[in-house]
Amino acid sequence: MQHHAIDITALGRSRVDNARPAENSLAVEGLQLFYNEDVQALHDINLNIQKKRVTAFIGPSGCGKSSLLRCFNRMNDLVDGCRVKGKIMLEGENIYAPDVDVAGLRRRIGMVFQKPNPFPKSVYENVAYGLRIQGINKKRVLDEVVEKSLRSSALWDEVKDRLDDSALGLSGGQQQRLVIARTIAVEPEVLLLDEPASALDPISTLKIEELINELKSRYTIVIVTHNMQQAARVSDMTAFMYMGKLIEFDSTDKLFTNPARKQTEDYITGRYG
Amino acid sequence: MIEQETYKQHISTQFNAELEGVKNSLLEMGGNVERQVNDAVDCLVKMDTGQAEVVIDRDHAVNQMEVSIDEECSRILARRQPAASDLRLVLTVTKITTDLERIGDEAAKIARQCIRISEAAASPSNYVEIKHIGNYVVGMLQKALDAFARLDVELAVEVVKADKTVDKEYRSAMRSLVTFMMEDPRVIGSVLNEMWALKSLERVGDHTSNIAEHVIYLVRGLDVRHVELEELISQVEESH
Repeated sequence: MQHHAIDITALGRSRVDNARPAENSLAVEGLQLFYNEDVQALHDINLNIQKKRVTAFIGPSGCGKSSLLRCFNRMNDLVDGCRVKGKIMLEGENIYAPDVDVAGLRRRIGMVFQKPNPFPKSVYENVAYGLRIQGINKKRVLDEVVEKSLRSSALWDEVKDRLDDSALGLSGGQQQRLVIARTIAVEPEVLLLDEPASALDPISTLKIEELINELKSRYTIVIVTHNMQQAARVSDMTAFMYMGKLIEFDSTDKLFTNPARKQTEDYITGRYG
Repeated sequence: MIEQETYKQHISTQFNAELEGVKNSLLEMGGNVERQVNDAVDCLVKMDTGQAEVVIDRDHAVNQMEVSIDEECSRILARRQPAASDLRLVLTVTKITTDLERIGDEAAKIARQCIRISEAAASPSNYVEIKHIGNYVVGMLQKALDAFARLDVELAVEVVKADKTVDKEYRSAMRSLVTFMMEDPRVIGSVLNEMWALKSLERVGDHTSNIAEHVIYLVRGLDVRHVELEELISQVEESH
């Protein structure tokens, strides 16, 4: 529908910004995932992940949303007997092409898990870790990146006086933001978040959500969440998956107010599927 | 698109009961308002000031229902965070209560005009237009409430179309009342009051048409407010 004089896109922060052309960061083409010969986890998935926007995957347990997320940085390579068909294009290049450097790919596509997993090192070393393994050890460079990353993950003010303390002494919410700082320290293009707030209390959850909103100006973000309200709050686009299939993929506003498919409607309104 | 039995299918039976509850309260409020309009037109046509007093008194009950239904809706929003068709139901109900409450106000106004007219010279019009348009808008209101109860988009579209007829009839009734005033200036006072009553009925038609538009939003998720009739019809057809 045409909107008149009032610019309603300005009313909602998470509303998809239609003025910005939808450039794709990742394009999934005919993706199928098998955990062994008999178990097919994903069936012919096709979707585009838009650049510098937040895309959420929702669906019941076992629907394949985490499996799909893990395809984006080839985490499934680590699973025995796992086989992938189809393509995932990152900036036009297939990440499943035989000559792809997987370590390099994972630098471009960072991942944060459900349970915060800081290394048993200091706060500083956790964030500097990604640079150190790339052979960057200059203190001036590291100092700068650590501060910048901690500021970006909204943790700097809370930890600036205890950078040398163990990261394990931070609260769960702080640890999760530290892990995000560690991930963005290597300047990835895409952030994959697998249930990043499900182990956190409501206030820490809101801080993570606020962070996601700030980070999306610089990174493409894909989030898997069981919490539908969270998907509704943080994402621009939402994909609903069920039994390994992509049922519906649309703007979050549309999907949560007027979904096209009955299966989506039943799931997001808590009806018997 | 939602179906008839939709408010019985939640995993939470309590949520089913709450949504079913506001839906029924709204229909009850709708029934009361329909009776108010009906009685107001009736008292004017029969010049029954006793009944007019009753209509004016009962307006408080309608206002009270608006408040309590809206309260229940905000409670559901806060506690359940409804989505999709459930969200549309709660939003629709709060919007419809507003329109129903306004219709109730118009009914009370008509009853007040009845008392005023009874104190002056009888209008020469015999209230033919009032009776005719009154019956027509009461029928529209019935249909709009039916459309809400049955989630019937076709019926809702009919109501929106019917409002155009009301507007036309209203204009022609105005013209004929002007003629009465020109013929006999002594009746200007009562005819003016009759015009106010007619204007109220025309407003009832507008509010009823709003209710029908809300029903279209509820069922199809399609916002058809401030859209021309032809455009509305084609949007509804497309969304099928």
